[in-house]
Parts: sequence; structure tokens; C-alpha cells
Amino acid sequence: MEYFASITSSLASLGRSVIEPVQQMGKIAIFFFRAFIHIFSFPQQLSKIIEHVYFIGAKSVFVVCLTGAFTGMVLGLQGYYNLSKFGSEGALGAVVALTLIREMGPVMSAIMIISRAGSAMSAEIGIMRISEQIDALFTMDINPVRFLVTPRLIAALISFPILTALFDVIGIFGGYLTGSLMLGINSAIYYSRVNSSVLMEDVSGGFIKSIFFALFVITICCFQGYYTHTRKDGFGAKGVGLATTSAVVTSCVMVLIVDYVLTSFLL
Amino acid sequence: MEQPFIKLENVCKTFGTNQVLRGINLSIFKGEITTIIGKSGTGKSVLLKHIIGLLSPDSGDILFEGHSLRLMPKKKRKALKSKFSYMFQGAALFDSLTVFENIALPLKERSVLKKNKIKKLVLEKLQQLDLNDIENKYPSQISGGMQKRVALARALITNPEIVLFDEPTTGLDPIRKNAVHQMITDYQKKFGYSGVIVSHEIPDIFDISQRIAMLDHGKIVFEGSPEQIQNCDTALVRQFISGQE
Repeated sequence: MEYFASITSSLASLGRSVIEPVQQMGKIAIFFFRAFIHIFSFPQQLSKIIEHVYFIGAKSVFVVCLTGAFTGMVLGLQGYYNLSKFGSEGALGAVVALTLIREMGPVMSAIMIISRAGSAMSAEIGIMRISEQIDALFTMDINPVRFLVTPRLIAALISFPILTALFDVIGIFGGYLTGSLMLGINSAIYYSRVNSSVLMEDVSGGFIKSIFFALFVITICCFQGYYTHTRKDGFGAKGVGLATTSAVVTSCVMVLIVDYVLTSFLL
Repeated sequence: MEQPFIKLENVCKTFGTNQVLRGINLSIFKGEITTIIGKSGTGKSVLLKHIIGLLSPDSGDILFEGHSLRLMPKKKRKALKSKFSYMFQGAALFDSLTVFENIALPLKERSVLKKNKIKKLVLEKLQQLDLNDIENKYPSQISGGMQKRVALARALITNPEIVLFDEPTTGLDPIRKNAVHQMITDYQKKFGYSGVIVSHEIPDIFDISQRIAMLDHGKIVFEGSPEQIQNCDTALVRQFISGQE
């Protein structure tokens, strides 16, 4: 009888471990749609959108430029040494530009925004939850999702593609610094290969990715903060800390998974 | 007999293994102030959160003018919700907004009033609550008592029909406490709202309430007028209002 009970309990825990992530994904999807539909509801929250464009976008410019420059420089170095083995150093411009525009630009800028703005918004919303500020919005008949999440979603849809473009441009320049100025590739060849190899599909593909990343990152970060109080592994300040960690880790992982899925469709 | 404005019918709520509300039956009448008293941790705030819809009962029903909240169409429920206001026990002010922005928020988000009109209303309310010259400060820069009064100002700024106060005077000095009680009464007389107050301020609340309900172990053990509770013979009620174990 005891043996039978232990089998039942193991099966139940196995079932729970499958059902819970599915339930969580369902909740995140519903949360996203609740925020997304309010993009089209009036009155538009223009001042809040501008505020969040400043926070997510303008304040991330420095870190995106810095990582873009060094990513491009590393690509320039690695690309040069690998291409020189085949005598194809002249293709460095194409290698750097395509790698950045198709992959590195959208992914790296998304990860930088997650670490700078995503973590902050998760913590901010989490603190609002535990200090009853979200409940206060509800009692004032203000839709908390519309008030807190929708402006961030719109701001991210504006900021992510712009920051990705900035990352790409700075990265290409970084590749030029190492490839041409340090390692001696003719700068005209470098830029002509950039020009000839990059197609409009590459650029639009990068932007499509950045738009998807914006939707996933903001939804996950806001969701983790918004439901801080339902966490089973920690309450109060500890819960907010755990929610922020979950937001950053889940968002980064989702960016890489979504990147793979989108790449397989876009190629 | 007059129909209750809000009626709780056999409302039960359990959190995990802790059964907080065990079949609450309570009537709240229009234009009256009903005060809920009871020991700490007996579920008074939980009860208040059920009335405003922040929590849903596990069983039982909440009726507004005879209509079940559960069965009410979404549009009607929204219209009803806009008549409510709630003052939280911990103030629940937005810490990233100034005092002015906190009080103006419900007007800014819910009404079509112009900026100048909103400013006038907010400054008027601040003055009435003796909160001069703090409109540009953040909640963390003012005292706990001031935060309470800012929360009260925010709750009353929209001239609601139903106001729920969760311990509005806890942490206030006797003068401010009387001022808040006076303001609750004055506003009630002026605008005729229905109020539900959770409070420990005995006997002060007997002067401002028309009805008193006492909660004990998740059940209403007394419901009646302030005079009735003061003359009540039930040992549990007598001990509580006289502050004895």
C-alpha cells in the first residue's frame, strides 16, 4: 500500500512539474494580451510613453554603444585572423556587418537592455505590488496593466529597433578600428564589402528580431514584478529580489530561443 | 425594511490552511458610516478588500443594491467600481510620485478635468487636511501621519459614493486623529457618501458611526448602533470595548 502511495505521489509531482510551466506560459501570454490590447485604447498615455522611451532607450545608449564598439572590435580581430588563414581578409567588412546586423546587434542590445532596464522595471513593479500600490490603482478604477505595462511595451517597441541600429553602426565602426586601423585592411575595401554584402532583408530581419525581443522582454520583466506576491519561494523584499533575478534570466534565455526560432524562419 | 446598500451573505475566505472569514453576514446602508471593530488579525482588512473586489470570496456572495457582484455584467461592475474609494492601512502612496501627483492621479486618469481645475482641487484638499507646502515632496520625505492624511485626501478627491477606510487614524496624534474623524464626518454630511471604517479608536468611533459591527474569529458577533453596543451585555463585546482580556 505504501509502495502504491509513493508511486502515486511521484506521478503527481511529475505531472505538476509539467503542468506548472505550461500554466505559467499561459499566464504570461494572457498578461501580454492584456497589455497589448491597451496599445489601441484611448486616451493614449503619451507622457508615460516618452518617460519610458527615455528610460529604456535614451539611458541605454551609452551601454549599447560601448558593448557595440567592443563587439565589433572583437569580431574584427577574430574575423581577420580566421579569414587570413584562407587569404580572404578583404571579406572582413562583410563578415562583421552581417554578423552584427543579422545576429549580434539584436541579441546583444536586447541583453544589454534586459540587464539595465528590464531588471529595474521588474524590481519597480515588484515593490509597487508588495507595498499595495498596484492594489491602490485597482481601487482607483485605474487598470494596473494599462497603467504600468502598456506604456513600457510601446516604449520598448520604439527603443529596441533604434538601439539595435545604433549597436550595428557602432559595431561596424569597431570592426573598422581593429580590421583597418590596427591590422591594415584597406578602409575602402572594408566599407565597400559592408556595402555590397548587406541586403535590405538582413536589415529588416534584424529589426523584426528586435521587435519580437521587445515584446518578450517587457512582458516577462513586467510579469515577474507584477506577480511577485504569488511567488512560493520568497515574500516581501526577498520576493522582489527573486522576481528580478527570474526576469533577467528568463528574458535572456527567451531572447536566445526566440532568436533561434526567428533565424530559422528568416533564413 | 430598507434594503441594504451592500450586503455580505455568508462570505468565507481561506488562505492556505488559515480560514480568515467564516460566513460573514453584514449589511451596510446608504448614507451611513459603518465601523468594523475587532481584535487585530480577525480579518477586518480582508473583509474590506472583499467589498472593493481586491479579494474574491471562496463561498458566499456580496450584493450591491440587491445585485450580486459575481453575476453583474462587466460594464455595470465597472460603473459601480468608479463610485468606490479606498484608503489603505499603510497609505499605499506611489513613492515615485510627489504628494501633489499622488492626489491628482485619480482625477488625471479618470476624469476630463483641465489641469488648472485639478490643481485647484488638490491644493484645496491639501489645505483642508492641514498639509500645506508639502505638495512637491515625495511620500518618503514626509511623516507617517502626513502620509495617512495624503492617502485620505486621495481617497476623497473624486467625491466617491462609497469610501472604505482601513484604519485611517492609526499612528496619528490625538489632535490629527480628531481632525481626520471630523473630516470623515463633515464630508459624509456634505456629500452623503456611505462609509465603511475599520478602526480600533474606541470610543471615538461611536461618535462618528451610525452602525457598528464587531468581528471575532472570522464571524460578525455584533451588529447594531453605537448605543446598542455600549449597552450590550455579551461578555465578548463588553470585554473588547472596555479593553479587557
